[in-house]
Amino acid sequence: MLQKIYDWIDDRVDITPIWRDIADHEVPEHVNPAHHFSAFVYCFGGLTFFVVVIQILSGMFLTMYYVPDIENAWRSVYYLQTEVAHGQIVRGMHHWGASVVIVMLLLHTLRVFFQGAYKKPRELNWMVGVLLFFVMLGLGFTGYLLPWDNKAYFATQVGLEIAEQVPFIGVQLKTLLAGDASIVGAQTLTRFFAIHVFFLPAALFGLLAAHFILIRRQGISGPL
Amino acid sequence: MSEKKQQVSRRQFLNYTLTGVGGFMAAGLLVSPLRMAIDPVLQKSTHGDLANVSLAVGDITTEPTRVDWKIDQVDGWYESQVSKSAWVFKDENDEIQAFSPVCKHLGCVVSWEGSEDFPNEFYCPCHDGRYYKDGTNVPGTPPLAPLDVFEREVRDGMLFLGEAKPKGEA
Repeated sequence: MLQKIYDWIDDRVDITPIWRDIADHEVPEHVNPAHHFSAFVYCFGGLTFFVVVIQILSGMFLTMYYVPDIENAWRSVYYLQTEVAHGQIVRGMHHWGASVVIVMLLLHTLRVFFQGAYKKPRELNWMVGVLLFFVMLGLGFTGYLLPWDNKAYFATQVGLEIAEQVPFIGVQLKTLLAGDASIVGAQTLTRFFAIHVFFLPAALFGLLAAHFILIRRQGISGPL
Repeated sequence: MSEKKQQVSRRQFLNYTLTGVGGFMAAGLLVSPLRMAIDPVLQKSTHGDLANVSLAVGDITTEPTRVDWKIDQVDGWYESQVSKSAWVFKDENDEIQAFSPVCKHLGCVVSWEGSEDFPNEFYCPCHDGRYYKDGTNVPGTPPLAPLDVFEREVRDGMLFLGEAKPKGEA
C-alpha cells in the first residue's frame, strides 16, 4: 500500500533523486565508530542536532499552555507542570535539553578545533558554526526568563546589565532587548518570548541549513 | 532603429527595474515592523515626579540608613506599585546624599557595612564589590563606577527622591 502511494507520487514528480541526494551518501571509515571506536567524537554534531530537534518539538507543545504575560506566565507554567498529564515530562525535556544541547555543541566545537577540521577549505563552515553557537546562547538566555520566577527575573536583570556594558550602544541595546529603559517587566517578557520562539529559531534554521549544505558540499574532513 | 550603440540592453533594463521595484517593496514591507521593534529605544525617557519617601530631613543622620518607598510604575500596558530603596545620610558638608543600592557591577543590592570585614563601606555580597561612603567604588573591586545618585529635593522638611542617575549627572 505504502509502496503504491510512493510509486504513484514518484511516477508524477520523480522524487527518488531528491531523497537519494539527501540520504544516500557514504560514511567514510574513519568517522564510523563501528570501525574505530574512537570515531564516536564525530557524533557530537549529529547529537547536537538531535537535541535541537527535541527542543523544537517540546517547545512547540509547551506553547499550547504557556502565556507570555507577567500576570499569568508563572501560573501557566505551574499549571502545566502540576496539572497537565505529562506536562512535567515535556517541560523537563525542554529544560534539560537546553543544557544538554550546549554541552553537545561545545564537545562538537572542541572536536572540530582539536582535529583542525576548520582549516581550508572549511573556514566558512566554522564561521557559520560560531554564529550557531551565539544563536543557541541567545535561545538559552531568552528562554530562561519565560517561567517568570525569581531566578528567571534576576538572571535576566544581570544579563541585561551585561548587555549594557557594550561600548557606545550598550544602553540602546539593553532597551531594545528589554523593551524599556529601566523596567524588566511586561514588555520584556513579550519581547523575550518573541525572540525565543520566532526570531532566533528562524535564524537557527537558516544557519543550520547553511551548516549542513556546506558539510555535504565539502565532505567531512579526512582522517588525522 | 538608431545607429547609436545601445548603452543598456533590454535584459539589463529589466534586471535593474525589477530589482529596484522588488527592493522598494521589501523595504516598504520592513519599515513599519522595524520601527515598531525599536520604538522603546526612541521613546523619550519619561521624567517621573519626585516622590515623598516619608522621611523628615531632621531625622537624617550621618549614618547611611536604608529608606524604602513606593512609586506608581507604568510598564507599557501594565501599571503597578513598585518599591524602591535608597541609602540616605548627611555627608560632612551637611548635604543630604541618597545612593541607589544597585551595585554598578552586575546589579545586585549593596548594603552599608554589609560585611564585617569592611566597616564604613557599602558592600555587595555577590562579588565582594565595595564602595566608600561617598559612593565611589573601591579600586580593585568589581564595580567600575560609583553608586548611582537619586535626584533629591527637600519640600516642607520632607525628603523627596526621583530617579537614580550616574554620579555627576544628578
